[in-house]
Amino acid sequence: MKNTTRRNVLKAGSAIGAGTLIGAPAVHAQATWNNQPEKGAKLRVLRWSRFVQGDIDQYMANVKAFTAKTGIEVRVDNESWEDVRPKAAVAANVGSGPDIVLSTNDDANLYPDKLLDVSDLCDYLGRKYGGWYPSCEAYLKLDGKRWIGVPLGSAGAMMVYRDSQVKAAGFDKFPRDTDGFLKLMKALKDKGTPGGMALGNATGDSGWTHWLMWSFGGALVDKDNRVVINSPETVKALEYSKELYETFVPGTLSWLDPNNNKAFLDGQCSVTNNGISVFYAARNSTDPKLKDMVSDIQHSQFPMGPVGVPTEYHLFFNQMIFKYTKYPKAAKEFLRFMMEQEQFNAWLQAAGGYVSQPLRAFEANPIWTADPRNTPYRDATKNLRPAGYAGKLGYASAGALADFIVANMVAEAASGKVSPKEAAERAQKRAERYYKV
Amino acid sequence: MAADPLQAGSRTPVAGSVSSTGVGPQEAARRPGALSRFVESRNGLGLLFMLPAAVLLLLFLTYPLGLGVWLGFTDAKIGRAGQFVGLENFEFLLGDAVTRLALFNTLFYTIVASVLKFLLGLWLALLLNKHLPFKTFLRAVVLLPWIVPTALSAIAFWWIYDAQFSIISWVLLKLGLIDRYIDFLGDPWNARFSTIAANVWRGIPFVAISLLAGLQTISPSLYEAAAIDGATAWQRFWNVTLPLLTPIIAVVMTFSVLFTFTDFQLIYVLTRGGPLNATHLMATLSFQRAISGGAMGEGAAIAMAMVPFLLAAILFSYFGLQRRAWQQGGDR
Repeated sequence: MKNTTRRNVLKAGSAIGAGTLIGAPAVHAQATWNNQPEKGAKLRVLRWSRFVQGDIDQYMANVKAFTAKTGIEVRVDNESWEDVRPKAAVAANVGSGPDIVLSTNDDANLYPDKLLDVSDLCDYLGRKYGGWYPSCEAYLKLDGKRWIGVPLGSAGAMMVYRDSQVKAAGFDKFPRDTDGFLKLMKALKDKGTPGGMALGNATGDSGWTHWLMWSFGGALVDKDNRVVINSPETVKALEYSKELYETFVPGTLSWLDPNNNKAFLDGQCSVTNNGISVFYAARNSTDPKLKDMVSDIQHSQFPMGPVGVPTEYHLFFNQMIFKYTKYPKAAKEFLRFMMEQEQFNAWLQAAGGYVSQPLRAFEANPIWTADPRNTPYRDATKNLRPAGYAGKLGYASAGALADFIVANMVAEAASGKVSPKEAAERAQKRAERYYKV
Repeated sequence: MAADPLQAGSRTPVAGSVSSTGVGPQEAARRPGALSRFVESRNGLGLLFMLPAAVLLLLFLTYPLGLGVWLGFTDAKIGRAGQFVGLENFEFLLGDAVTRLALFNTLFYTIVASVLKFLLGLWLALLLNKHLPFKTFLRAVVLLPWIVPTALSAIAFWWIYDAQFSIISWVLLKLGLIDRYIDFLGDPWNARFSTIAANVWRGIPFVAISLLAGLQTISPSLYEAAAIDGATAWQRFWNVTLPLLTPIIAVVMTFSVLFTFTDFQLIYVLTRGGPLNATHLMATLSFQRAISGGAMGEGAAIAMAMVPFLLAAILFSYFGLQRRAWQQGGDR
């Protein structure tokens, strides 16, 4: 907070101004924080590799600012996000390794006892920045009582579409409900410009299958971790998926994470679900064909289903401090510094909309209004549900997600390999194994 | 043998002990201790020389294998040491439809790919054994699929099989032979055969070059004798080439079956086990459950379940193909 520059003040001021306009809560500067980092502290941070260059550049600039301000050296290691999970788990088990790990989804719930209680820090940040979104509490506030990690946000996956093709299919704007969405997809197919979403074992882009199940009221488990996936609601969602699949471009059963990007950028797919990276790739490309496409790419939030509320699934990011760290206070200070508006706003902006904030006040960040196409990604963390919704997170939820139970269920039913009822039954059996009935 | 340094070395302490007989305590103190006697004995030294290799094997082979076996009987999760649960993991896997499917996929993949690799590899070896122009160059070129890193060739196949960008589909479409792109990896059976084709492409050079080496050890005089006896080309192949090649075939195919059964990279890049788990092999499922899903015990149990099949393949090769009495000078 002390290294306030004129630029930062202006940035924060404009952010708050914009925030007031769009209804983001203001920053409460009176929230207090007292912490004295240990003398001679050094920190090691393990984080997921950048998705966009701006992210890591600004992150490292913030790290440098932290070292300049506190004298605490920080080493940052990067790993592919899927490799951070096993490394963090091993560190937790052996009691040695990085002091801080930036990981994904329900990792913190696998070893909550090994993590430093960061309730004081989260309470401070929550008070100052308008509160955490419910998804952050679902992931990191253990039993609604103590914080086992500091939420960092999420990488949103939204509907990405070709505006001209959607308009040519007779839709002025992207539908806001599942009925309208199906009509749009049918119209696009009839026009010869179909859309498509991944139905293969794609770790990121198959997340839309969770949205589908939830949007009709289905869920993997209930609040008591009872497996309830085989429900009439899920079957309805699967019946819908069958109709939807008929409108897809051929080959979506084999699609892994990169396939929809390739098909979309080649003009073979009019609608898909993805991070903001497709738009980025087109905007930063030197290919004239892609340059022409940029103005035609639009984004929208996922349509709402019969449940009437957003039911989105995105990749959640956490920040964990391990109990074995020799410098718990320095580690907390580091996370606080990185989450303060001077640093976080700059980072959010540099990530170009790839990361959605966990704290409401950052809804005012200029990145969300710099281009209206960024705006849908703003609410990713706000509308996010953990894959293990509505139960308790842990090994069972992580295992069920990694085993593609929901994604496989939708793929089986959508492709007609088995009936929706049978697909739900099979998923129930598979999930029960994880939740040990 | 007189120059054998080991034997020469072993004499030294004996000579020393003889010379010390009947002399004072100072001399007795100079008698080599148990350690130096051990080090200088033939067996001791042999053991010592083998020790580094034994330590390496124990450390990098036996320990991981033992740990894997142990994990298979525990409920270990990533980051959490497990407790012994007996056969619970195996009972769980037996009732798991995805594991049963993966077992079927693995057997199907291994059998079909191995048979194709053997037939095509043998054919290629026979062709390369003939006097061809640019023989050496051709033999080097044939090795290329084997040399290229699997991950790299898998990515090439990923493009070749792509639902939207497949070169095969594009060519066939342009030729008017198909009216829409082939769904290579989106249909379960197409995906199985596509992954097998990629595996066969990669595995043929190993079989072909190894069999070619075997073919070249067969004396031409045998073919000449067979030709004089009026044997046809087929008879020469069946009665001369094949029997003499059998020991090599046994070794090569054992390795080939083992490599195929434990394949991972190709599937992981091409399909990640999809569509609908139709191409999940035991190795990919084991990784998915153990590392991505965190269930180390279960993943280890899947990996362990592969062992009996691998042992069966080795034993079949050893007893069925390799130890033929007549090949070792017997009359049967």
